[in-house]
Amino acid sequence: MQVTRFPSRASGLADRMSGFIAHLRMNGMRVGPAETGDALAVLAEVEATDLPQARQALCVLLAGDAEDWRRFDDLFDAYWLNAGKQRTGVAQTAHVRVQSAKPMIWQQESQDIQETSSDSDQDATPDPGDEQAVGRDGKLIATRTANLSRRDLRELMDEDALKQAEQAATALARAIRDRRSRRRKKALRGPALDMRRIQRASLARGGEPMDLYRRARPPRPMRIVALCDVSGSMTVYSRVFLAFLKGLIGTGTEADAYLFHTRLMRVTDALRDHDSLRAAGRLSLMAEGFGGGTDISGSLEHFLNGYGARALNGRTIVLILSDGYCSSDPQALGDVLARIRRKARRIVWLNPLKGWRDYQPIAAAMQAAEPYLDAHLPANTLEALAALEPQFRKL
Amino acid sequence: MTLSDVQNGLAAQGYVSDDRLAMALHLAQQLGRPLLLEGPAGVGKTEVAKALAAWQDARLIRLQCYEGLDASHAIYEWNYQRQLLAIRASEAQGGTSEAQLFSDEYLLKRPLLEAISQDAPPVLLIDEIDRADEEFEAYLLEILSDFQITIPELGTIPARTKPTVILTANGTRDLSDALRRRCLYSFLDYPSRETEMAILKARMPQVEGQLARQIVGVVQALRKEDLEKTPGIAEMLDWAAALSGLGVNDMAQSREEVQATLVCLLKTAADYDAAPPEVMDRLIGKVA
Repeated sequence: MQVTRFPSRASGLADRMSGFIAHLRMNGMRVGPAETGDALAVLAEVEATDLPQARQALCVLLAGDAEDWRRFDDLFDAYWLNAGKQRTGVAQTAHVRVQSAKPMIWQQESQDIQETSSDSDQDATPDPGDEQAVGRDGKLIATRTANLSRRDLRELMDEDALKQAEQAATALARAIRDRRSRRRKKALRGPALDMRRIQRASLARGGEPMDLYRRARPPRPMRIVALCDVSGSMTVYSRVFLAFLKGLIGTGTEADAYLFHTRLMRVTDALRDHDSLRAAGRLSLMAEGFGGGTDISGSLEHFLNGYGARALNGRTIVLILSDGYCSSDPQALGDVLARIRRKARRIVWLNPLKGWRDYQPIAAAMQAAEPYLDAHLPANTLEALAALEPQFRKL
Repeated sequence: MTLSDVQNGLAAQGYVSDDRLAMALHLAQQLGRPLLLEGPAGVGKTEVAKALAAWQDARLIRLQCYEGLDASHAIYEWNYQRQLLAIRASEAQGGTSEAQLFSDEYLLKRPLLEAISQDAPPVLLIDEIDRADEEFEAYLLEILSDFQITIPELGTIPARTKPTVILTANGTRDLSDALRRRCLYSFLDYPSRETEMAILKARMPQVEGQLARQIVGVVQALRKEDLEKTPGIAEMLDWAAALSGLGVNDMAQSREEVQATLVCLLKTAADYDAAPPEVMDRLIGKVA
């Protein structure tokens, strides 16, 4: 087993633990200085020299949800056992700056940050990824291999497109009618008096109705879950779609966004970042295999099993943004859509290819999917997205 | 108390826990922090609290959360009727001080206040916290981090003894970060084959060898099938009880009983249709 090389200034356990916490934070877990202290306290409670015990104890303390729980072992190994060859980071912090040990993606990231901070010419160096993409554009063939060459999504989003997409998304979200519950529930303000509670509270005042309680019909907003394909065949549309997702998340509706290619990841939090440039930076780190193959049914399955219970309910519209070219079994796609259909209210497939003049859904996957879709709509430009508004009114 | 004590203690109550859960409970007690358990339905989240209470011989105080749960049902309420009666009575006798009216005597303790005013530390189970409204989480924060409750008329009531707090959730909605940060966390998943065998053995020693292996095997296989409601441990135990009650020794030889008792495992019509005799034949054949 290799021993982790710690920075020479790291003097003791406390220092290394704070490095570990920083490492977790860098990987998107919500931990801070308070947890560093707790972690040290926890180690005092168990046999700190026993690796499995220490690992378990720290996991119990530091994991915050099921996702953290699953990832913790890998992150733990990456830091303490020096297995961190392929770390997926979210943000850069000042901690753990061992130049030699830093994975390549972070070196790139830190250079970018230096560039922007020193106000140097931003489009000075052409991104080699661009040429790759140009070569790949023409063939709309799904491949199973995940493409690990990272594409920088920041170049795919400029302020104008973002603004337009946001407007389109806002209009869409507004078009989906905001339904109010029929039932009245207790509320701080509201048109109706809650006689039952007033009467109950009046007991405290000797039968005088002094405290007035109210009832209102609570809003039951439609929820939007957007799943966006970022595989190779979708590269040209990603720019539009990512901006669209960002707009959708920013509208204040209950919305949830996921990206998928051969894997699926939740990007709602990254998109909610107010600083759109930083959000794009976080995204591009996440979309590691961006521009590779597609596994639609596998990704949808992962979504359903991992997030389905929380994300889907009877008031959810599932938006799938994909061209339907995938390497997995079409039958599997039909099955997983049938399962989503049972849990969600509507499934809408936004297909960029449908904007083409003579498009027929001949891809096997699209044919298997069609019966389960409530709508199969074209979406290849911002204008097309904006034109969807009347369609959404009907949903 | 050490880690193995926890595991043995729970095992003595018929609860088979994996290493991480035992560690979580151990730390929850050592550090005095609440423990948040998440996982699919029927993996024994609520059972943990019951087993823990039984093992430590502590009182189990349970707060079942539901939509619309508020402070007067969860924390405390004044007993207005008694206060009114006291006023009337004192009017007849000539004067009582109103300070008495807001004393312990007239306070109705709901589960959370109850839990911090025990002489011996109890186990407080806050079940399905994600069903309660988001505002209710805010009420919990004070109790979970400082173990105290503030009542405007009485002042702040600190905990007499610190309860062991266990919260359960199964993902109806996202819990707030504030709540998650205050809790230790453990995710319970469906048990592995060996663990499930151990659970069956601990709970139903009368179910033996062949049948036990078949039951666990079939349930494990069913969980891999595409079902709407995946059978949990409780369903498995029900099924085992049903089969052994009917005197089944080998599933392959009592197919009718197996098919009839599936009602214990599969809880929706669609799932029931998804497991016709042929599918069950295949599953049993694989296990045997």
